[in-house]
Amino acid sequence: MTGSSELTRLTAAELAEKIRTREVSAVEVARAHLDRIAAVDGTVHAFLHVAGEAAVASASLVDASLDAGTAPASPLAGVPLALKDVFTTTDMPTTAGSKILEGWRPPYDATVTSRLRAAGITILGKTNMDEFAMGSSTEHSAYGPTRNPWDTDRVPGGSGGGSAAALAAFEAPLAIGTDTGGSIRQPAAFTGTVGVKPTYGGVSRYGLIACASSLDQAGPCARTVLDAALLHEVIGGHDPLDSTSIDAPVPSVVEAARRGADGDLSGLRVGVVKEMGGEGYQPGVQAGYEAALRQLEKLGAELVEVSCPHFRYGMAAYYLILPSEVSSNLARFDAMRYGLRVDKGAGAEEVMAATREAGFGPEVKRRIILGTYALSAGYYDAYYGQAQKVRTLIARDFAAAYAKADVLVSPTTPTAAFPIGEKVDDPLAMYLNDLATIPTNLAGTAGISVPAGLADGLPVGLQIMAPALGEAVMYRVAAAYEAARDAEDGGPLIHRVPEVTA
Amino acid sequence: MSSTDGSADTSGLTRDEVAHLARLARLAVTDDELDVFAGQLEVILGAVAGVGEVAADDIPPMSHAVPLENVFRADERRPGLSQQQALAGAPAAEDGRFRVPQILGEEA
Repeated sequence: MTGSSELTRLTAAELAEKIRTREVSAVEVARAHLDRIAAVDGTVHAFLHVAGEAAVASASLVDASLDAGTAPASPLAGVPLALKDVFTTTDMPTTAGSKILEGWRPPYDATVTSRLRAAGITILGKTNMDEFAMGSSTEHSAYGPTRNPWDTDRVPGGSGGGSAAALAAFEAPLAIGTDTGGSIRQPAAFTGTVGVKPTYGGVSRYGLIACASSLDQAGPCARTVLDAALLHEVIGGHDPLDSTSIDAPVPSVVEAARRGADGDLSGLRVGVVKEMGGEGYQPGVQAGYEAALRQLEKLGAELVEVSCPHFRYGMAAYYLILPSEVSSNLARFDAMRYGLRVDKGAGAEEVMAATREAGFGPEVKRRIILGTYALSAGYYDAYYGQAQKVRTLIARDFAAAYAKADVLVSPTTPTAAFPIGEKVDDPLAMYLNDLATIPTNLAGTAGISVPAGLADGLPVGLQIMAPALGEAVMYRVAAAYEAARDAEDGGPLIHRVPEVTA
Repeated sequence: MSSTDGSADTSGLTRDEVAHLARLARLAVTDDELDVFAGQLEVILGAVAGVGEVAADDIPPMSHAVPLENVFRADERRPGLSQQQALAGAPAAEDGRFRVPQILGEEA
């Protein structure tokens, strides 16, 4: 039997194999991770809810099924996972990091939740996030910030900081995030983990509490590229309950990740986006990026410079389109059918206004007001309409770049993790975190962040981007780079994370 | 709301305008919040007004990453929420229905 602290250091693929061969039970694996959460989450605060015995009960079903000789429900059966608290779960509260949904028990499961359950994956609990996924540091959670395991005075990124920190603190080998402008990839970069934003429509949004519907995309988070690929194949695929879900087979990302790990990228064209990197990027981030480019060249890839001149307007377009959709989507929180009600005032409208005032945090309010403005008569054309045109131009930049290159690369973020409190009162400084990730969301294409070394002791990420449904090539390049980087560095970056102390 | 330069309306927002928008969005913001938000929103608007620099008169707008079309399904019964499930999260319920505050004001 493997010791419980060792179990938490294994990859999801390794755990699945040990469970399948009955070397360890799924219950032992679940308990090892619950113990780890009990030991470190007081400091990290990655979780808003821990499933506890319910997780053990789910794992015991996997054990019973394997003991009965039934084939595993999926290649990840019995492996624990941390679920971002933006997916509905009938057996756990779902808050989206907001007071307005404190204690809410949804009456149905998200499709992602159902697919995880059907795959026999043990859901350990729900992870902390910026309120309604609005933020880049997890400081905008109504339930307090999550801390970065690499330096607990720093943020883990956001909005999916809880999911990323859970991976880096070895509280879970797998997690689910959502990426509207970088909320999977930026926390992955900040925590030395792997995060994938699939093609828009690649993973169902049914039961995913909406931030900006035309941009939101759920995706896998893990400590290795292969683990992310395994999870991607579990959650991906067409869902008739989401009208924007793509009715096409899930790209063969597991096979691509395995092939990539062999390390040969000859014949592959990697587009280096001229406008991403350099000025505005921290020297340590830039150095990690340049080392990654050399690594890709050594693997046989051909580097091609590509230009995407409209990416510089991406952030401006995003912060018009997103608040506009937010102001509309969050109108559903009306104090009538579910969630908080503050019984103050004469009638429904006053109760509604008092409830939303008490239930929403400052960043959510700012974005609702901004979106209300951008959509108002007389301003619509100059702001929202113009932003939608810029979106077209960004999609065209991508199309032109992908005509010259199989994948595009950039640093995932302009900086490494910043101290808690540094940007929380400066919205614009916070928004700049997503400079490099936003264009992919606007175009609806795919992106992954893989660890690219340390800058002053903090992880930085390499972003690899691919065209719509081009995930396979993206995973292949990511796995090849990961294997080469780990070999050169003497092991995975994540093994260098300091032990979390209370 | 007024524009000072008439082009991309990048003049920022006054405190009164923020208060008006908050009312439209059913947010009972406090005086302190109005002070803070007005300043922050001005900075944000200054940054996002950059979209106006792009010459895009002949560019079609893009509302969605994938072309949207109507999605149909067979007209078959499928399980939905029970009344009990639908009301389970309600702030107030009575006789199997959502109980809501008075909808119309005193003057109605």
